[in-house]
This record gives sequence, structure tokens and C-alpha cells, in this order.
Amino acid sequence: MSVARPPGEPRRVAYLYILPAFVIYAAFLLYPIGRAVQLSLYNWDGLSVGTWAGLSNYAAIVADEGLRDAFVHALVLVAFYALAPLAIGLMLAAILNHAKVRGLGFFRTVVFLPQVVAMVVVAVAWRRVYAPDGTLNGLLGALGLDSLTRGWLGDYTFALPAVGVVGTWFETGLVTVLLLAGMSRIPSELYEAARLDGAGAVKEFFAVTLPSVRGEIAVALTLTVIAALRTFDLVYITTRGGPGTSTSVPSYEVYHRAFGLSQIGSAAAIGVTLTVAIFAISFMINRFADRGAS
Amino acid sequence: MIPPTPRRRAVLAATAVALAATACAPGSSAPPPAASSAAPSAVRTDAAALGNVTLTIWDQEVRGGQAAQMKQLNAAFEAKYPNIKLKRVSRSFDDLNTTLRLALSGNEPPDVVEANNGRSSMGAFVKAGQLRPLNAYAEAYGWKKRYPDSVLRYSSYSADGKVFGEGNLYGLPQVGEVVGIFYNAAKLTSLGLQPPKTWEEFQAALAKAKGAGEIPMQLGNLDKWPAIHVFGTVQGRNVPAAQIGTLAFGRKGASWNTPDNTKAAQQLVDWVDKGYFNKGFNGQGYDPAWQAFSKGQGVFLIGGTWLMADMEKVLGKNLGFILPPGATPDAPPVATGGTGLPFAITAKSPNPDAAAAYIDFITNADAMKVLTTTGNLPVADTDQQSVPAGAQQDVFKAFGTATKNDGLVPYLDYATPTFADTLGAALQDLLAKKATPQEFLATLEKDYKAFAESNG
Repeated sequence: MSVARPPGEPRRVAYLYILPAFVIYAAFLLYPIGRAVQLSLYNWDGLSVGTWAGLSNYAAIVADEGLRDAFVHALVLVAFYALAPLAIGLMLAAILNHAKVRGLGFFRTVVFLPQVVAMVVVAVAWRRVYAPDGTLNGLLGALGLDSLTRGWLGDYTFALPAVGVVGTWFETGLVTVLLLAGMSRIPSELYEAARLDGAGAVKEFFAVTLPSVRGEIAVALTLTVIAALRTFDLVYITTRGGPGTSTSVPSYEVYHRAFGLSQIGSAAAIGVTLTVAIFAISFMINRFADRGAS
Repeated sequence: MIPPTPRRRAVLAATAVALAATACAPGSSAPPPAASSAAPSAVRTDAAALGNVTLTIWDQEVRGGQAAQMKQLNAAFEAKYPNIKLKRVSRSFDDLNTTLRLALSGNEPPDVVEANNGRSSMGAFVKAGQLRPLNAYAEAYGWKKRYPDSVLRYSSYSADGKVFGEGNLYGLPQVGEVVGIFYNAAKLTSLGLQPPKTWEEFQAALAKAKGAGEIPMQLGNLDKWPAIHVFGTVQGRNVPAAQIGTLAFGRKGASWNTPDNTKAAQQLVDWVDKGYFNKGFNGQGYDPAWQAFSKGQGVFLIGGTWLMADMEKVLGKNLGFILPPGATPDAPPVATGGTGLPFAITAKSPNPDAAAAYIDFITNADAMKVLTTTGNLPVADTDQQSVPAGAQQDVFKAFGTATKNDGLVPYLDYATPTFADTLGAALQDLLAKKATPQEFLATLEKDYKAFAESNG
């Protein structure tokens, strides 16, 4: 160790510095993940000795129609949780940023408000809104649209979209505020230049605003897509996967199988699959954003 | 980023190997103890002479009258046996269910636990050898004389946990419950009707209520399971009770694909077609439904006795309760019903004698009186309790009649570990006309057959 090194060169002692953090990370993240992977290879009821199952729990995810549907439902929710809020958020943020409205802080707070309310509370409130004698049907009735009223969460066609709309309502604020922050950093010279070149408001949006907030869009998409794929509380409170199985999602199946049916191996396999799927999708979103930036 | 060096790869690989090496089959670290069934001679019932003992008890009696009776009985027990100290841990039903599993697989489980009757709870614990068979105590304390068979079978399993409803006794419940028909007496009177005495009369009443513009029957089926109780009630009119028992206990030898079951499913669909249920019932929550009924929306509600106290607060004398009537007024009663969670003794408890004395104390004749005065429905001696006329008396009478005539049939969701879900979802499909009665029954048959075959 007598050889002098230039400062900043990697040294082995550095591992020592990250050891405390790594131990905690390993104990609370790596070990549980490894354990979950291990459990997913067994048939285990949580009480007696588990029996080796190999990859059969994973094969069941592909073979079991109900489980396959659960993953499809999660993808449908992505449209409601991520894509719709992104479209609405871009529009809202562009308007708020452009119009320099008075009381911007107030609007920002209002739009962001759903995010500060616990999801369980949100779910209970929306359950009332969707009830057969709830707010939504009351509104439709007042408009003379009685033929459209129904028990929204008990309707086979509308239960999943109804759950999705709650997600849109919930995530739009977050996306808007993120995009607003990004847009406020765009130098006004860019807009002036665009205007001199004869760009209208729409052209300006696509030529200046949209490319400038690429990074924020990636962050917003990552957060909301993950939220969509791991949806649990909303489904647990509003529909418990019903009617029939039309709103079942993977996270709910994990809970249901582990604690309801005592099929811990199967639950772990779904959890691991979901983790891999989330990881892959987030990775792709960030790849897309990085490539755009360079 | 520093590119991965061979050394770092080696570390990663070593970590993976270490993980694999320490990995043995889950659950193998704590082998289940052999369930020791003590010989009757070894049983001691002289609780006062057992020396100083501390009993740890896990229960779920956290709400209103439940909490009150438990507190009162525990205090009385400690006063009578100063040598036995009680350490009570009480949690809500859901919390107890999710934590009990871990607690029982530990080395020092609680002495007495309230375990849910079904296969995924009590059945799984029996299979893992975690609960002590109570046959010897039942004999010593005379429990089999005090409790009707149709009640005791809900906490009976074969020693290997495979057969539900017979074999060893593993627990004793305090309270009973039965699913029947609640009615709004004021509405019946204004329709010119009496509480129905036969199933025909009941259906005629539904039709008359519909004609008069009332909601004949309230149902909130958003939570998936509530329609199970409605279907169970209809099934009890159409299918022999013994067959329902075989199906519901998940034993071999019965089938869902029978003309009787088809008739029951069809009757339910007919009710939907005739508009006997409230609009949008599949999207209505369970609680909002019975709350709407107690506010005067709906003439009938098929539900369990557990709803009585809350609904009586609002409806008062206008609330009535009957067992589901049969083909004739004097037909023997058949009703879905069961017990509250039974109290069981863990296999590893070092003080089974004291634990049994405790269970006997909270379920004896005096305890049943305490249960009555705290607003619960005692599981034994029900018809000997004096309660004021009204819905409470209706409920006591109904449960007494059902148990005395062995007229309780088990909850259908007991059948297999997955049946609550299968049946709940299938019923939503049936009621929304996404499935025909035949398709509905085929779904149930598949789950039932698969389990009954594999269970041997």
C-alpha cells in the first residue's frame, strides 16, 4: 500500500465505506427478494414443510386464465394511471405555464391535492361516488340520463374503467406538477425564437415545450406505471377483484393467495413476476428518455 | 460506472451460492410436534389445585358486546381461580387471522387461541399438529351433552385435518349464528301480509311487494360473499340437507350438477328477472345494503343474526326475523348457520388443564347468561334465556329451534380452501346473467371435485 495513488482512483478500502449501507440494504431488500424467489419454487402453505415445485408456480401464471387476466387488467390500468394523466397533465401544465394565471399556487395545490390523501381514503370516497345510489348516478339522474345509471363497480363492462378513472384522478396532479416544474425552466428566448419563426401555440407546444420536458415525462411515466402495476389498495377496498374476476390485479392476487388461500409459493411467484415486469418496463422508459437526451 | 471485474463477478456468484446453500425447504426449520392426545385419566379439572399458572389467550372479541362479555368473564375467572393469571391479547378478526399462522408455528405459541373454523385456518393448524384434540376434556366436562352435534361438528376435524365436520373436537365456540330472513313488520302490515310461514308464501310476498312498488329484497353483493348466504337459503329449500352438508364440508360423494341444485340456481335467477332485488345490487356494498334496509328501503333482507343488533337500533319494533320457511309450516328447519370462532388449545401449551378449565368457564351455563345480557347470541341453552320480545327474541327462538332440530347446514364456502372465492365470483356471474345455472354449477363442481379427489 506504499504506492502513492492519485486522488480519486478506486481503492479497495472504499468497499468498507459502503459496507454499513450495504448490510442494511442486503438485510431488508436483497435477502427478502432472494427468499421470495426461493419460496416461489416451492408449494408451501405457511405451516407444514414445503415441497419442491420447480418452475410450476411460474408455469401456472401463464397457464391459469385468471392469473393471465390479472396481468392484462394491470396493463389496462397503465392506460388510466399513466397515459391519461400524462395527456391531461401536459395540457394543464402548458395552459397553467403559458397563461401565467393569477393564483397559480392555488391551482397547483388543488391539482396536487389527491396525492396527499391516503389511497384507502380515496377508495372509500369513490366507492360512495360509484354506489347505485351514489353521487355519479345522482348526477346522471339530474341530467335526465337515468338510462345510464348503474352500479358502476358491479358492472362487468364498467368496473375496471371505473377503478381506472380513480387512478387517473389520483395521478394527474402529480404529473401536472412535475411537468409544470419542467416547463418553468424552459428559457423564454426559445419561445420568442419560435414565435419569430411564425409558430402558433400548437406548433410551439410540439417544437419547444414537449422536447424540453422529456426528462420529466420519463420520471412521471416511471412513477405512474409502477403505481398502476402494483395497484392493490384501490382494488382491495372497492371491488375485491369483482364482479366475477373482472378487476383482479396481480398485487391483489399476491395478497389473496398468501393470506387467504395459503398458497405462499404461488403468491411469491406472482410477486417475483410482477417485480421483473415493473423493472423491465421502468428500464425501457428510462432507456427511451436517455436516448432522447443524448 | 466501473465495468464489472472478474473479482466482482466472483463475489456476486459467491453470494448466490451462499443463498442457495442456506436455502432449505420452507417450514422445515420447525418440524411439527406429534399431536399428543392425553389419555382421559391424565385430565385434571380441579383448576384451583393446578398451582400458579399464566395463560396467554388470543381472541378477537374487540367489538361492543363481544368485548364486554369477554372482560366480564375473564374477571370472574380470575376471581374464582386466583392461582391462574390471564394474559389477554385481543385483535380484530382480520388481524388475528393473518398473525395466528406465524404465532402458532413459533416455539412458544399462546395457550388458548380463537381459530376460524374453516379449512384454511383450523383445518391447516390441525394438519400441522398445532392444536390439541379436546375429546378427553369434552368427556370430563360433559361438553358433548351441553352442545348439539350440529354445533360441535363445526370445530371437529379428523386427526390429519383432512375431514371437516367429524372426528376429534378441537375447539368450543361461545356464540352462534344463523342466516334467516329479516322483515320490516310495518311494510308487511301495509301490504296486508303476515310473516311468511311457507316458502310459497314468501315468494308470494315478494311478488306482492314488487307489485306495490316496494323493493322486495335488499342485497349488497359488491363484496362478493353476501350472495352466498342468499343462495344457501334458496338451496336449503331445494336440496336435501344431508347433501348440502357433504358439499359444504368438501367431502366426496355429492355433486353440484344435480336437478335440485339447478332448480335452486334457477330460482335465484328468476328473482333477478322479476326484479325482486334492489337495482344495481352487484355494485352495492354489504353495509350500505343493510343500512338501507333499516332505513325502510326493502321489505325483506336475507342475512345473518349478526346484523340484528345494529338494525334493531334503527327499526326497533318493526324489525322481525324468521328462519327460512319450508314447503309446509311444520317442515323441519334448514338454515345456513354456524358458530362464532371456537376457542382452541395449542399443542405446545404447557398448561392444557388450565386452558381447558378456562374454555369450560367461558362456555358454561353462567357464561351463556352473561353472553345474553351483553347482547350476544349464546350457542348453547339459547331457548332458556329470557329476552324481551322483538327481534332479539325472534333470533333466539330461531337459533334454538334450528339447533334443537339439528337444522343447521354449514356455510358453503367451508367446502374447499378456495371455495369462498369460486362461489362468490360465480354467484356474481350468475346474478348478472353472465353465466347460466348450468355453467354456474359446473364452475362449482370443478373446484369441489378437484379438492375432494385430492383430499382423499
